[in-house]
Amino acid sequence: MSDLGRTPLYDLHVELGAKMVPFAGYEMPVQYKLGVMKEHLHTRAKAGLFDVSHMGQVILRHEGGYAPVAQAMEGLVPVSLLPLGEKRQRYGFFTNDAGGILDDLMMTNRGDHMLVVVNAACKEADIAHMKAGLEGVEVAEQRDRALLALQGPAAEEVLEPVAAGCDIMKFMDTGIFNSDFGELWVSRSGYTGEDGYEISVHATHAEALARHLLAHDAVEPIGLGARDSLRLEAGLCLYGHDIDETTSPVEGNLAWAIQKVRRPGGDRGGGFPGADRILNELDEGTPRLRVGLAPEGRAPMREGVQLFANEEGGEAIGHVTSGAFGPTVGAPVSMGYVPAELSRPGSRLYGEVRGKRLPVKVTELPFKPANFKR
Amino acid sequence: MKFTEQHEWLKPEGDEVVVGITEHAANELGDIVFIELPEEGKTVSKDDEIVVIESVKAASDIMAPVDGEITEVNEAIVDEPGKVNEDPMGDAWFFKIKPSDPSQMDDLMDEAAYQQFIS
Repeated sequence: MSDLGRTPLYDLHVELGAKMVPFAGYEMPVQYKLGVMKEHLHTRAKAGLFDVSHMGQVILRHEGGYAPVAQAMEGLVPVSLLPLGEKRQRYGFFTNDAGGILDDLMMTNRGDHMLVVVNAACKEADIAHMKAGLEGVEVAEQRDRALLALQGPAAEEVLEPVAAGCDIMKFMDTGIFNSDFGELWVSRSGYTGEDGYEISVHATHAEALARHLLAHDAVEPIGLGARDSLRLEAGLCLYGHDIDETTSPVEGNLAWAIQKVRRPGGDRGGGFPGADRILNELDEGTPRLRVGLAPEGRAPMREGVQLFANEEGGEAIGHVTSGAFGPTVGAPVSMGYVPAELSRPGSRLYGEVRGKRLPVKVTELPFKPANFKR
Repeated sequence: MKFTEQHEWLKPEGDEVVVGITEHAANELGDIVFIELPEEGKTVSKDDEIVVIESVKAASDIMAPVDGEITEVNEAIVDEPGKVNEDPMGDAWFFKIKPSDPSQMDDLMDEAAYQQFIS
């Protein structure tokens, strides 16, 4: 794995006995000694520490401050960014002219600039997209910073002594904290459905911060394997699997992220790539929809499993885009696209696994209720 | 005890053989979440894919180590697949088979050869 990147925590992962695998061009820990299942359960019970430094952290600056940046970004994302409060973070996605999704991302109003966090696999393309599409805006990737996620009910108690005052943050609040590990950029958010924080730290302090957090009894290092089963139980999309360039945000069941003001009739309705399709879908609906899928037996239904309306006969009517075993729910959990008329929770479909059609029910997402600090 | 290159162990018990997967295999697979066993009474040939075993991340097959008849399967591991990670060499056996050609066992590895194989 010689031409793969390494995060500032690579040596620490190896020291902790991580099984390293290639992911989005980086060597990343898929699991440590506890294994995927125990790491998943530990995160929901106490606190898990994840290295997500492979993701892209980008600062967008305009001499006029936050407002012109927000205005320019509203030309690339169908989200309301102008009225976003200072220190508040919001979820969104870059769309393309066909109304598909180029990547999903987090955006923060940092007073006089915007901070954007994008997926590792799309990092280069997203930066190019922003440079080409945001006139007058300086697009600066923060390559000297690492990113950690501390997730679970014990996260607040663990982080408060390090970043004093982070305890009063609510879900999607952000803050900048001076700490023994340099300046920390903290958001109360994550990818697990649990309460927790995402912490940007200068690369030179990353290992020291990670070791300090891991020294707390409640904290275990968690790999990408558990990260995937956690986000799946939380009903969260993985770009490139549940959403991609062919899926619009509406059929991806992400219309909730498109505020009214950007919709048909809204003051700033449209004005982003693919608006024709997306605005039309917001009014008319879509032929298919991303839904939760709960296999009725014990066999997991993984990405690619074809879905049928009947136990025998007929063509495939949908497919699974993500699936695994959910350790917290104690059963297989999946997500996929089904025809709108079969998307009501409780609809019984059949997934073809190893040549046999097995029953699966459409279900509400998330599989496991969220624990955000509201 | 005998071992196959697919990391199965075989323990003769009278004219039957108990079959499971080794600790090495269980560790490589990671947390096991689903197991599908063959039907009792089924006649199988060596290398038939007769068991499906799914870990958190992926699905694998286990092949019949010898020709014979499946005489018993271990329902306990179907109900609790995690048992395979806990006690792969003992309680979490998979099935018992009555070999139709016991000489096929002679070609398999013994403990020392298996340890060598996985090192």
